[in-house]
Amino acid sequence: MRGAHVEISVTVNGVTHTHDVEPRTLLVQYIREAVGLTGTNIGCDTSSCGACSLHLNGEAVKSCTVLAAQADGQDVVTIEGLADADGTLHPMQQAFMENHGLQCGYCTPGMVMAATSLLKENPHPTEHDVRIGLEGNLCRCTGYHNIVQAVLAAANA
Amino acid sequence: MTITEVPERTVLGTRMLRKEDPALLTGEAKYTADLPIPGALHLAVVRSPYAHATIDSVDVSGALAMPGVVAAYSGADLVDLWAAPMPCAWPVTPDMKNPAHYPVAVSRAVYAGDGVAVVLATSATAAVDAAERVQVEYTPHEAVTDLEDALTDRVVIHPELGTNQSYTWPLLIEETPGAVDAAFAAAAYTVKERFVQQRLIPAAMEPRAVAAVPQPFGGDMTLYSATQIPHILKIMTALTLGIPEHQMRVVAPAVGGGFGSKLNVYAEELLCVALARKHKLPVRWTEERSEGSMSTIHGRGQIQHIELAADEQGKLTAMRVRLIGDMGGYLQLVAPGVPLLGAFLYAGVYELPKAYDFSCTSVFTNMVPTDAYRGAGRPEATYAIERSMDSLAAQMGIDPLELRRRNFIATDKYPYEAFTGLVYDSGDHDAAATKAAGMLDYEGLRAKQAAQNVPGARKRLGIGVSTYFEMCGLAPSRVLASLNYSAGGWEAATVRVLPTSKVQVVTGTAPHGQGHETAWSMIVAEKLGVDPADVDVLHSDTAIAPYGLDTYGSRSLPVGGVAIAQACDVVIDKARQIAAHQLEAAPEDLEYVEATFRVKGTPGKEMPLAAVAFEAFTAHNLPDGLEPNLEGHTHYDPPNFSWPFGTHMCAVEIDVETGQVEVLQYVAVDDCGVQVNPLIVDGQVHGGVVQGLAQALFEEAVYDTDGNLQTSTLAEYLVPSAADVPSITTGHTVTPSPTNQLGVKGVGEAGTIGAAPCIINGVVDALSGLGVHDVPMPASPLNVWNAIQAATSNQESNP
Repeated sequence: MRGAHVEISVTVNGVTHTHDVEPRTLLVQYIREAVGLTGTNIGCDTSSCGACSLHLNGEAVKSCTVLAAQADGQDVVTIEGLADADGTLHPMQQAFMENHGLQCGYCTPGMVMAATSLLKENPHPTEHDVRIGLEGNLCRCTGYHNIVQAVLAAANA
Repeated sequence: MTITEVPERTVLGTRMLRKEDPALLTGEAKYTADLPIPGALHLAVVRSPYAHATIDSVDVSGALAMPGVVAAYSGADLVDLWAAPMPCAWPVTPDMKNPAHYPVAVSRAVYAGDGVAVVLATSATAAVDAAERVQVEYTPHEAVTDLEDALTDRVVIHPELGTNQSYTWPLLIEETPGAVDAAFAAAAYTVKERFVQQRLIPAAMEPRAVAAVPQPFGGDMTLYSATQIPHILKIMTALTLGIPEHQMRVVAPAVGGGFGSKLNVYAEELLCVALARKHKLPVRWTEERSEGSMSTIHGRGQIQHIELAADEQGKLTAMRVRLIGDMGGYLQLVAPGVPLLGAFLYAGVYELPKAYDFSCTSVFTNMVPTDAYRGAGRPEATYAIERSMDSLAAQMGIDPLELRRRNFIATDKYPYEAFTGLVYDSGDHDAAATKAAGMLDYEGLRAKQAAQNVPGARKRLGIGVSTYFEMCGLAPSRVLASLNYSAGGWEAATVRVLPTSKVQVVTGTAPHGQGHETAWSMIVAEKLGVDPADVDVLHSDTAIAPYGLDTYGSRSLPVGGVAIAQACDVVIDKARQIAAHQLEAAPEDLEYVEATFRVKGTPGKEMPLAAVAFEAFTAHNLPDGLEPNLEGHTHYDPPNFSWPFGTHMCAVEIDVETGQVEVLQYVAVDDCGVQVNPLIVDGQVHGGVVQGLAQALFEEAVYDTDGNLQTSTLAEYLVPSAADVPSITTGHTVTPSPTNQLGVKGVGEAGTIGAAPCIINGVVDALSGLGVHDVPMPASPLNVWNAIQAATSNQESNP
């Protein structure tokens, strides 16, 4: 349905944006290209890697599996919205830094968004819970060891 | 420069948190695809669906009729843009066959994914939509996807070459002629194995991305690319496109991992630059993952034949190695040299007399071109020797760790001139092995294994051992010359103390996750006595860092880091002259402690570096003949490679009814010399181990016989998740390298090198009681189950 556009309003990190989008536009494309927030990364085209994870109404989703039009009227938080306005890192971001849970950083925004959502569901996970909980987010640098340590540390923070 | 012990240090060796992290954790970091480039045209590449085909015709008119399309070109339309074919910088032999390779194929496609046409449009979606309207007529040919089949020349991929063989590179080292044959004839034991290094897809999490931005007047061009090699790319772009080098600037913004896959000069980089020049507009391209699997290099791809000869004690007396290397459809930047990097390491950490017969023949196939992937030749070599050592131990009926100990190069023999003539800098293999065995509880696990692996047991325990030597710190330029590599191996560094005493470092290394900004700040802080927070590291922009040879081959620290340390020495020498002049003392009477020059024996007579820097800036009162400003600039060419080593051990459990392998425990003891930042070292080991483990258990680029890639997406190509891998227990020994002033060796590839043989040795160890002698990688449930079935049916038919 190229050519036909729909108007959507999406609240992103507390600010409401209104745009005309093509029906086929993915939420991740919308966030990156229309809203202009590029912290949400694209790592694959099969919803396998989780690099594009963000919060939709408080829950982590892979934003390549959601159409922008489906987010109409919804609340989105991206990695840019996680730290405090004064720059203080979110405890999960801080835990990733302190535990060296990132190297190249490309999977990191999605990993952090997925991890914060995981702790919301399960505030006191075991190592096994963390590994299963982050199964949908791929990292090629860290071998996951320090990511798992970071999430466990954040849970105990 | 020789150091025998590690001097006392205050910054080096601390687990300093990374400077890079806040920008990466908050989404502020900009990768190439994130850069706002107003008015850019978007490139889409039409790719051959056939692995081997003649291109009969290309009709772009359908694409041109699509909305937003600015231009569309066939390969033939673009030939005038190329001043030279795409570069291969490593002609390993004078007669190496290298087919002309252009960014867009003109008459023949030689792998599925080979570009055959391009579209430029005002948006990425418009370009991709229009690319589907390009009509290409092909005549398909039979595809070659098997290396041994390629050798037969049954189907010749590049007819103008007359053969699929690109080169044969032999390395025969004999004390006296016939030494190898004689040693095999006299051997108490011989081992003969064939191993397959399956093709791997590097799969850095950031897909490749490119943006070329021309200046409106004058011809200057800036190329932004997700690359590991901005400096090499600048030179190669200039040469390939006929652009004056001084008008090319290459910038690597934040780069999301590479592992060798971004150590190349790619068609899309050249296309973006060439089309940006032609259209006088910015041109950009971002790879889709499944597209990248068919256009970004693959790794590994070797068949290895290895033979060991050993004496009664199991000490190695000779070795033969025959490789077939899979180059894919064309020769990429350094692909021919990858097997050579392994050629010198087939004896691992073991003593071998001058009785070594190596030869590699590399062939073209109708698959994606291969090139360096994390370890590049060295994981393959280590796998072959470490698997073979287990075979030898099994044949002798001795413990595999004991066999290794008998063959270790003794610590007191270092520096050790190996059979190849290369000098290994330092090592203590017994210490690493003993530490790993203790961490794993090797003896305890052996006892547990004996109790568990009884006939009929469903779950069998295996213990894997591997050791390794890594040849890194690439590389002494003269050695590279002897291997016919087209560039040097030095690195450049500038250290400048600014008038306000903050420090700027310019490095020729190009990080993509390694934490150079943190580590290089620590080196400068240690050398100059300043706060690491006051040091800023500039990199990956050829306008700022004009000289450099970039990041690959675990070279950044042992070459680039040492260059920075030397630049600091230049700064201190100059500052000393200024301070001596100001303090009216002789330079040799000054000591430099805690960022302050003090006249020895005269308390209170001192001058801090900050004051020296300001004096250097004002230049009001400098010694005669001394130039203003405080800056050191060096180019460091390492006199030797660096030689990290280690021992890895694992415990695996295998369900013999399903073939499922579970890694229960993984212990990595790595010795990378002096550690700048143990936090980063551990991270490199964790990631490296999982990448090697992934080759052992999960990953394989699978082609069907028609040359279709069956694993082009991350749904099919099994990059492991957190749920698939164990925690890694790291331990370290520290044996400083005597080659450089920091005593460092590098650690980027070590984990990967140690892990694959360690895991497969564990798998085979678990199953050896069932008659299993080998399991091919990846040791997937199917491959393991098949190996068990083959062994047990073999035992039943030959009781």
